[in-house]
Amino acid sequence: MIETSGLRKSFQTGRRRKSTDVEAVAGLDLTVAEGEIFGFLGPNGAGKTTTLRMLATLLRPDAGDAVIAGADLRTQQAQVRRSIGYIAQGGGTWDDVTAREELVMQARMHGIGKAEAQSRAVAALDAFDLTEYADRNCRTYSGGQRRRVDIALGVIHRPKVLFLDEPTSGLDPQSRSHMWDEIRRLRSEGMTVFLTTHYLDEADALCDRIAIIDGGGIVAEGTPTALKRSIAGEVVTVGVADAGAAEKASGVLAEQECVRSAEVREDGGLRLSVDAGETAMPQIMRALADAGIELATIELHRPTLDDVFLTKTGRSLRES
Amino acid sequence: MKTLRDTWLVFQRHMLLMVRSPLSIVLGVAQPVVYLALFAPLLKPALASMGAGSMTDAYRIYVPGMLVALALGGGLYVGFGLLAELGSGVIERARVTPISRVALLLGRALRDVVTLVIQAGIIIVLSMPLGLFVRIPDLLLAYVLLALITLSSASISYGIALKVSSPDVLGQLVNNLAQPLMLLSGTLLPLALAPLWLRRASDWNPFSWAVVGMRSLFAGHTGDAAVWQSIALMATLAVLALTWSARLFARSVR
Repeated sequence: MIETSGLRKSFQTGRRRKSTDVEAVAGLDLTVAEGEIFGFLGPNGAGKTTTLRMLATLLRPDAGDAVIAGADLRTQQAQVRRSIGYIAQGGGTWDDVTAREELVMQARMHGIGKAEAQSRAVAALDAFDLTEYADRNCRTYSGGQRRRVDIALGVIHRPKVLFLDEPTSGLDPQSRSHMWDEIRRLRSEGMTVFLTTHYLDEADALCDRIAIIDGGGIVAEGTPTALKRSIAGEVVTVGVADAGAAEKASGVLAEQECVRSAEVREDGGLRLSVDAGETAMPQIMRALADAGIELATIELHRPTLDDVFLTKTGRSLRES
Repeated sequence: MKTLRDTWLVFQRHMLLMVRSPLSIVLGVAQPVVYLALFAPLLKPALASMGAGSMTDAYRIYVPGMLVALALGGGLYVGFGLLAELGSGVIERARVTPISRVALLLGRALRDVVTLVIQAGIIIVLSMPLGLFVRIPDLLLAYVLLALITLSSASISYGIALKVSSPDVLGQLVNNLAQPLMLLSGTLLPLALAPLWLRRASDWNPFSWAVVGMRSLFAGHTGDAAVWQSIALMATLAVLALTWSARLFARSVR
């Protein structure tokens, strides 16, 4: 649905003479499949918004190509615009206009006739749970309501691809999960969703596939689960009741198929690197019981996306 | 055809916004009304040089000039609204749709014309008891002239706003542009009092011609050459300014 190759954009900073080119996006190759929720995860300034704005026809790329819903980004802008919806981070509604009026206007800007625009507005208000506030001015809306209006505006023309820039930035937890539900609903209706986020949990819970972007380039790409497994697999720590048996236990467990490596830590516990923790744990317990070693504790540590980010970039996403 | 439809759409939206907050129209005429009440009486002796023997005559000379100043000054400030909309994201939202780029600008400029028509109406009605008199055909021509001036000044303001993209710089620039243009068009003080070099300079100011044309209309001299000259000049200026800013707009918002 989206395919880019070598997408590149730099900006000039500083005064005319001393201006330097800062590469915001440095040669981006990515593919997003139809019906996917694709997440762009990265710290502020990583080039997420710049990429999104390029794909949404708002910025002209310096180099590279992209095809969106079968239309070439460079030569068929009008066609691209017909098949995409774009929702900026800050949204964009007039304060003194109601949600209904905004929705009708947005549909009309897409070339839809008046009667059809009005019926679509009614349907959108209903779908996004906005009917109650439909005829109140946008300035009176809460953050979550406003964001739902933004999304309703972005999909009024039923686009094939929806671009969302930081869809839940600044929302309270309840509005956030409400928003996730809306995004999943749109996907279930067949829309391809491309979103940016700097929230690890959002990328993890909402996205089918993510690309981690840093310094204008993709550093890792895959499903959240695969990404987390790719860095170190999962870690199971085991404590045995008799500290003297630790070495023996380590030998037994290292022979198990599901265990990649086993080591005895200084505190007498065992650290096991495994591929899939949820299936490895019963096998570990069984192996220890068979060897007559009494188990005291067992714990599964799953790497987070932050661990992935840390491994790939050398710093934590929370710090940057 | 699509451009016309889209322009109408943008125009409707801005009219709706205007109706929702009509205060800006009223505030826009506050200054001219104050001028009308407090400044014009001072001018009777000065306007005597232009044939004003009475207060009534003074108003007939002063009000048309002030209407031009209103169209010029009011129009030059509309760029602030555009900057606010660029900042709020509503223009970006429009940009991702296939709506005509020229329409986004033209629809706004037409709203500015309507604002001015209402404001000018208020001033003219308020001036009637003071002795202002104008025939309907002349009034209609005066409105054509005012509309053209507004289209020019509003387009120039939008163009500058897109170039500088900062309200502070825009404010300074507009002030520095509006002051000399108004002084050199004889709207506030008559140029008849000016030394020769100043009058020569004012010949190069298109709005000075507009003031002369406007005064002829309000004096009932529809046939004066100044009338068609000023309308032709303002029409040309409006086309040039609109083309310039529409191009700039289409390029910067693509």
